[in-house]
Amino acid sequence: MSEKYSVIGTRPIRHDGADKVTGRALYGADFQMAGLLRGFILRSPHAHARIQRIDTSKAEAFPGVHAVITTKDFPQVDGTKMVDLGEGLMPLAYARGNVLAGDKVLYRGHAVAAVAAINAHVAEEAAALIEVEYEVLPCVLTAPEAMQPNAPILHADLTTKELGENTGKVSNIADHIRFSIGDTNAGFEAADLIVEREFNTATVHQGYIEPHNATALWNTDGRISIWCSTQGSFVVRDATAGILDIPVSQIKVTPMEIGGGFGGKIPVYLEPVAALLSKKTGRPVKILMPRQAVFEATGPTPGSYMKVKIGAKKDGTITAAQAYLAFEAGAYPGAMVVPGAMTVFAAYDLANVLIDGYDVVVNKPSTAAYRAPGAPNAAFATESVIDELAEKLNLDPIDLRLKNAAKEGTRRADGPKFPRIGCIEVLEAMKNSEHYRSTLTGPNRGRGVALGFWFNIGFPSSCTLNVTADGTVNLIEGSTDIGGSRTSIAMQAAEVLGLKAEDIHPSIVDTDSIGFTAVTGGSRTTFATGWAAYEAAQDVVRQMKERAAKLWEVSPDSVTAEKGLYKSNGHSIGFKDLAARIAETGGPIVGRAAVDPRGAGGSFAGAIVDVEIDPETGKTTILRFTSVQDAGRAIHPAYVEGQMQGGSVQGIGWALNEEYFMSNDGRMMNSSFLDYRMPTALDVPMIETIIVEVPNPGHPFGVRGVGEANIIPPQAAIANAITRAIGTRLTRLPMNPPAIMEAIWCQKSSSPHS
Amino acid sequence: MPKVFIPTLLRHLTDGQAELELEGSTVRQIIAGLEFQYPGFTERLIDNGRLRPNVAIAIDNEITPLGLMESVSPTSEIHFLTAIRGG
Repeated sequence: MSEKYSVIGTRPIRHDGADKVTGRALYGADFQMAGLLRGFILRSPHAHARIQRIDTSKAEAFPGVHAVITTKDFPQVDGTKMVDLGEGLMPLAYARGNVLAGDKVLYRGHAVAAVAAINAHVAEEAAALIEVEYEVLPCVLTAPEAMQPNAPILHADLTTKELGENTGKVSNIADHIRFSIGDTNAGFEAADLIVEREFNTATVHQGYIEPHNATALWNTDGRISIWCSTQGSFVVRDATAGILDIPVSQIKVTPMEIGGGFGGKIPVYLEPVAALLSKKTGRPVKILMPRQAVFEATGPTPGSYMKVKIGAKKDGTITAAQAYLAFEAGAYPGAMVVPGAMTVFAAYDLANVLIDGYDVVVNKPSTAAYRAPGAPNAAFATESVIDELAEKLNLDPIDLRLKNAAKEGTRRADGPKFPRIGCIEVLEAMKNSEHYRSTLTGPNRGRGVALGFWFNIGFPSSCTLNVTADGTVNLIEGSTDIGGSRTSIAMQAAEVLGLKAEDIHPSIVDTDSIGFTAVTGGSRTTFATGWAAYEAAQDVVRQMKERAAKLWEVSPDSVTAEKGLYKSNGHSIGFKDLAARIAETGGPIVGRAAVDPRGAGGSFAGAIVDVEIDPETGKTTILRFTSVQDAGRAIHPAYVEGQMQGGSVQGIGWALNEEYFMSNDGRMMNSSFLDYRMPTALDVPMIETIIVEVPNPGHPFGVRGVGEANIIPPQAAIANAITRAIGTRLTRLPMNPPAIMEAIWCQKSSSPHS
Repeated sequence: MPKVFIPTLLRHLTDGQAELELEGSTVRQIIAGLEFQYPGFTERLIDNGRLRPNVAIAIDNEITPLGLMESVSPTSEIHFLTAIRGG
């Protein structure tokens, strides 16, 4: 902890701790209301089909059913109109089409119709009575296949765009992006060694434990209330308003506690459907999404095909780098290929770079953000090639990275220069770590390292502070807490006010009760809403000075405030004593702030991993794992460590086991947690953490968001470790036992001694 | 004068030039200047008087939330980027 601060850098007990550990925290599924109906959504059994006819009559006649809806129940408005989905705009036709299919279904699990009934069982049974006649169409499941000229086309109106330029060509390629600096041809000619490889990553899911849920009440006065699990209550409000073509003022969204999101709970799936069912029935309607539907119909992260080529001098100086990235968007455009392309070489100071990225629609669920979206895919490719260069040049892999590391002033391939960043500090922390300096011995064992970068974002946030007469402060904010943010935000207010974290009582409220606050995503919450809390606290301090001045009959300008003690001309009074007198000195004190900050300050993360491979089964055991990350300033170090550990474990799952295992006709064959193999506590060792602090000059306390960068390096670090353990490189995720056995067998069969 | 960096995919509009110096004190004025010299930029960057949803502007290495209304100084660097989001 810095001596400069009293609260920042400490580890207070989280404000929501008691509710969470006693089971009293209220989640969306807990929500109850008089007259509540239950909804169920009928989903497509086909990955790609034209809907010829829907007959809902039998379902509507089923006892206990109150309403059935299809896409025809949506208001008829221009589908080209854009709706705000929180972090970007999307054509209404796509946003609405993903909520309830229009004339085509584009993936297995695509919502087709919905039923509201007296209970969930009746709703599900009635949904089975809905008759849907499909014309089944050929499906396409990977980006390279979907990019072929003769591939089945998902959207007849989709043409390839290139930064606002429409090529006019109907295609599954929604977007092509290109970044370049320097002259890659000259750069590769100057290289002593060039490594080029192709990589594939599987579609994986965010894997949050709590399924999606939503309850909606369309009141008789026309106002809609929604209670749901979301990373952004204002996103739900705005997206639902857009899809239902009603003013945002007609909707109030109350975010319930959230059981994980990782980016996957930014899109809306159920809320507009529950609202329409409520409108039709006149009663509140609750929909809980089954786990199978969570896998089949909510945002996984893109599968990808990538080629990366890097050239270097014998001393390790990189002379040129080139990348080709084709990411699966799923059913609608929006694969995270842009951040993939922006981060693929961002960790390095390079003179010659060429990057091409393609956003490709395929017959899988529409992809959503997942922790540093796009960057883990890209880093898997780059960091594997960097590792191979180091091996072939006989250089230490961290030294090679240090030699080429990005720093303040480095121009990225997409144009801007880096401000103050902690890339070198992270690499040095890795190199100096006890883990990296230790010796790894034993057969079938290997050590790997990798590096990752994520931008982080700002975006708007609001905060209100109400001072109470007992000297505590009620903090009102709108950022859904998915990682302990209510405490990290409260701590920033406490630091300014000179109070303990426990003296701040944070509440996350509905959209009518706080100013606009953007999603909890992009590692922005502790940065941006924390900044709003900082400013609101400054507002409180200003008013408290005025009150002290009134008590002492001095000018407010003469009053100073330091660590909660107000002084002027020999007078002094503490925050709590002054708070007890606010009623007599002018009434309530409310601090307010709304910010739209810049200077989010990117974060670098590194991973060091030791693995052991069982040569008989191909099983990988993680022997030791260290996560290193630049937090700027760690507000609550335990939460920072928790983010690093969580991201690392998700990266381990992505590396070793997780994948959408698809049949040829587009059916996910492992759509349950029994078959979709995520790591448990039994699969991983204690994840060691090293927090690096290179303060972000763009934040009052130096905060850099820490929610995402930690998931970027594990995949490549594990691949590099496996390479050293078995002597051959794997370039496809997941690197599960069959893949490792195949690699071992191929190596043996190609060996001259076999 | 402010320095404008032309995205790779739009350099065909500027005869391959990657950097240009243009007069202007806001992003809107800079784009108007670009359009005057090299027609086609407005259509690609602006829709209905607002920045296209997939376009972000970085001024002096920071993405600006003000878009076309952002001020630029004589020493500013201006980049047109593709907008990103996070999870």
